[in-house]
Amino acid sequence: MSQPESAIADAQAGGPSNGTPDKGQEPLAKLAERYGLRRAIARPSLPVYLRQLWERRHFVMTYATSRNVSKYSNSALGQLWQVLTPLMNAGIYWLMFGLILGADKGVQNYPAFLITGMFVFTYTQRSVSSGAKSISGNLSLIRALHFPRAALPFAYTIQEFQQLLISMGVLVALVLVTGETPTWFWLLIPVALLLQTMFNIGASLVLARVGSTARDLNQLLPFIMRTWLYASGVFFSIQGKVVGAEGDVFRQWIADIMYFNPAAAYIELMRDLLMESHAPRPYIWYVCIFWAVFALIGGFWYFWRAEEKYGRG
Amino acid sequence: MAELTEELSSVKAEEPGAPTKDVRVHPNPDPVGDSRAGTPTVIVDDLHIIYRVYGAATEAEKGNAANALMRLLKRQGRPQMKEVHAVRGVSFVAHHGDAIGIIGRNGSGKSTMLRAIAGLLPPHSGAVYTDGQPSLLGVNAAMMRELTGERNIVLGCYAMGMNPAQVKEKYDEIVEFSGIGEFVQFPMSTYSSGMGARLRFAIASAKAHDVLLIDEALATGDRDFKRKSQERIKQMRDQAGTVFLVAHNLDVIEETCNRVIWLHKGKIKMDGDPKAVLAAYNSA
Repeated sequence: MSQPESAIADAQAGGPSNGTPDKGQEPLAKLAERYGLRRAIARPSLPVYLRQLWERRHFVMTYATSRNVSKYSNSALGQLWQVLTPLMNAGIYWLMFGLILGADKGVQNYPAFLITGMFVFTYTQRSVSSGAKSISGNLSLIRALHFPRAALPFAYTIQEFQQLLISMGVLVALVLVTGETPTWFWLLIPVALLLQTMFNIGASLVLARVGSTARDLNQLLPFIMRTWLYASGVFFSIQGKVVGAEGDVFRQWIADIMYFNPAAAYIELMRDLLMESHAPRPYIWYVCIFWAVFALIGGFWYFWRAEEKYGRG
Repeated sequence: MAELTEELSSVKAEEPGAPTKDVRVHPNPDPVGDSRAGTPTVIVDDLHIIYRVYGAATEAEKGNAANALMRLLKRQGRPQMKEVHAVRGVSFVAHHGDAIGIIGRNGSGKSTMLRAIAGLLPPHSGAVYTDGQPSLLGVNAAMMRELTGERNIVLGCYAMGMNPAQVKEKYDEIVEFSGIGEFVQFPMSTYSSGMGARLRFAIASAKAHDVLLIDEALATGDRDFKRKSQERIKQMRDQAGTVFLVAHNLDVIEETCNRVIWLHKGKIKMDGDPKAVLAAYNSA
């Protein structure tokens, strides 16, 4: 534990302590220094923190897998729900938006369009909402054991990623059923998922820190998520709805802003790869890469800044 | 060591009425072979811990939606948030080879102090200095009841920071020590409370700790297991570790510890030889 003591830990502890009131005795702080003892709470530097997190990779993976196993352990169908849940969701949305509301106008192969959007959005949504609870829901663990706290948002996102791998199998099968044929672009799907996962980890790190102090967040999140869902063009084509056929410059400008929404961008990217008929805006790859890098680095830095405060309650 | 002893009694003197005057600290009456024995491992210096508690509303404030809205309109803070001053100025020095029992009523700040020593709760003021990383025997927080004992052993070992090779190496030893036998294949939700406690202690004590903090872990388990776990605590002390033990079961403390700290309302009421402190505690 040869970590530099952070200024924050010093400030929290009320500065250098004035241990004993009596004169002529060695203050405890001096005694500690003489024997080379260190403060128990100190935030590690960013490189040290990264290394500690890497050393805990087995914990992160095992924790994610264990949560997935225990999640369905009480249901009769067990792990089958990992496939059934996304399938049933896709079925309901297809019934609602495809058949009843008729949102499929102007979109070729609407079922593939809809389920791709649904599955991609669900991955981000679930990562972010579970990430928001990853610190506040694990206080007993944080108060009992030492580990870099970022391990928890990472584990929660990886848990969602493991579920996503199953959903992706279902998605690809469904897209094939709707009449798409595999192309070479399908080989880029893992790249798209990697970018999205980077974004999801970053976003859940941010929300984990926010959720650790703002306890009302969990009440608000469902509404935020629903708004995000409607704004991300899951059920409709942003280009088709906002711009239409006329190609108005101002409307195109609005649509471009809407495509800057990371969820919309990752959905568009996946549709581009999976559906031959789908042609997204040309800048989609750049938006996706920007969000992946920005969210992961920014989110990690933001989370690390409060490392020693998690668990305070 | 004399100056420390005096200092501790000066801390204790703050609490009037406690029979502290003749109590001397025994840093190490049971000397162990290690050359580091007797040097400080944990120094707690005028430690204060303040908890923020949510949802501790009084009857009058208790919330319906209208009250909550009124509070927002009047810009009052949330009255449910209460501050609890759990530890109020505790100082002591622990040494290599010490097994220190911590006693006191419920809510006297024992567990809070352990968490602060482990570096898991930031102090409000004062400081905790440690040699190496103290670990709380609290691996149960990482375990999942729905999973089998097998999976929980692996998960618990990783949670304590082991690598896969160490997990493999320790696995059989843990199963053996816990004595749960074939139950290791079953979910932990099917275990009796004693079996669960045994498995948790077996996992937590599988790793070598410089400073080990044990919070009420030995309360459950049968006679045989108590003996085994006390032996293991003794082994840890012999490896020049320092063990803190919180328990309401006073015989465990008397049999295991060479020093006892009595906490009362967040302050040290008495600190010293187990027999003397326990006698005073029992008559209080």
